[in-house]
Amino acid sequence: MDREQIINILSEVKDPEIPVLTISDLGILRAVEYAGDFIQIQITPTYSGCPAMEVIQEDIRAELAKHGLNHVEIKQVLSPAWTSDWMSEAGKKKLVAYGIAAPATHACFLSGEDKPESCPLCHSKNIEMISRFGSTACKALYRCLDCREPFDYFKCH
Amino acid sequence: MDLLSSYIIHQADNALILGHRNSEWTGHGPILEQDIALSNIALDLIGQARNFYQLAASRINELDPGEIITEDDLAYLRDGNEFKNFILLEQTNGDWAKTILRQFYFSSFQLLQFRELVKSQNTELAAISEKSVKETRYHVKWSSEWVIRLGDGTSESHSRMVSAQQDLNPYIAEMFTPADFDYEAESSRAGILPDKLKEEWYQRVNRILEIATLPVISEEKKTMQILSGKNGVHSEHLGFLLAEMQFLQRAYPGCQW
Repeated sequence: MDREQIINILSEVKDPEIPVLTISDLGILRAVEYAGDFIQIQITPTYSGCPAMEVIQEDIRAELAKHGLNHVEIKQVLSPAWTSDWMSEAGKKKLVAYGIAAPATHACFLSGEDKPESCPLCHSKNIEMISRFGSTACKALYRCLDCREPFDYFKCH
Repeated sequence: MDLLSSYIIHQADNALILGHRNSEWTGHGPILEQDIALSNIALDLIGQARNFYQLAASRINELDPGEIITEDDLAYLRDGNEFKNFILLEQTNGDWAKTILRQFYFSSFQLLQFRELVKSQNTELAAISEKSVKETRYHVKWSSEWVIRLGDGTSESHSRMVSAQQDLNPYIAEMFTPADFDYEAESSRAGILPDKLKEEWYQRVNRILEIATLPVISEEKKTMQILSGKNGVHSEHLGFLLAEMQFLQRAYPGCQW
């Protein structure tokens, strides 16, 4: 087993709240070290109060245990602070296919000024915000004025 | 306890107490979307509180390696006179106007403070602040929009905002009154004296109040304040809040979810 293989195993771990995204897609898997039979992993929360972090840690341990890897240390790091810019391009495509609009711009110094490019369902640009907060802190709630469907937008952060 | 630990616990207590107050709205918000919004803000604040408590606990354990304490001990097993949050934050929720105005006042304060704390000589404090500043910017935005909507809304919503101001304005001064731990934070370059944030806070808050057609506020020269949350002298409301928040750990010590 080498480090690459461990990273491959870890990329099977999904975000429990957006199960189409892996922790690598989201950019919350920050570092993996492997020496002897000891694995050190660093993850970072998207938001300070993200309730998924503990589940993610358990899922990481469970996934590694499936491969007989039990000697694992997981550390939560806060700096550098997570940004939606770390989300992979593949991740953004998966999000849209899942019905969630992807972060629209990069390096958002003007948090809250961004908005989705289009409705993830019918791709109309005729959309409006319903609420700055959606089902989780990382999302806002929008509505499409053409197909009339409400949808979540993964905010730039 | 050393003063820098107190400073960190003060930050944690502020976030926890307002987070708890906000969570009281969960299931009771005026409309579903805003119920969710306030619950999300509560989550951000409680997350920030956990980061600060973890930092304080590890510092306290390092300085006094006897009995090991955890973030939970700090949140659930301290009494009211050991809490160092602003009196503003423990006030009862009142109506939506009062909740919104309190959030706006405090988030505006937190934003200015975190912007300074990202430069803290204490790298962990800087890291927590770097994380929190982005969330707080969003809280300011959300609460500002609501202040404007209610202030410049109907005569009913306007008058409710005015009475929220009457309720809450007396507690503003405390945010900018330094406690011993603030002086320590400033001199060790871990933090900043809050009175340095005062001028910009009033400017920013008044800019929004003006748009909202609400009375602008000025610094009270003579404060009637005898309470000092930062020094553990709280209003009666904190006791009731803690009774509910701490009940489970008091009744079933060490109980886990």
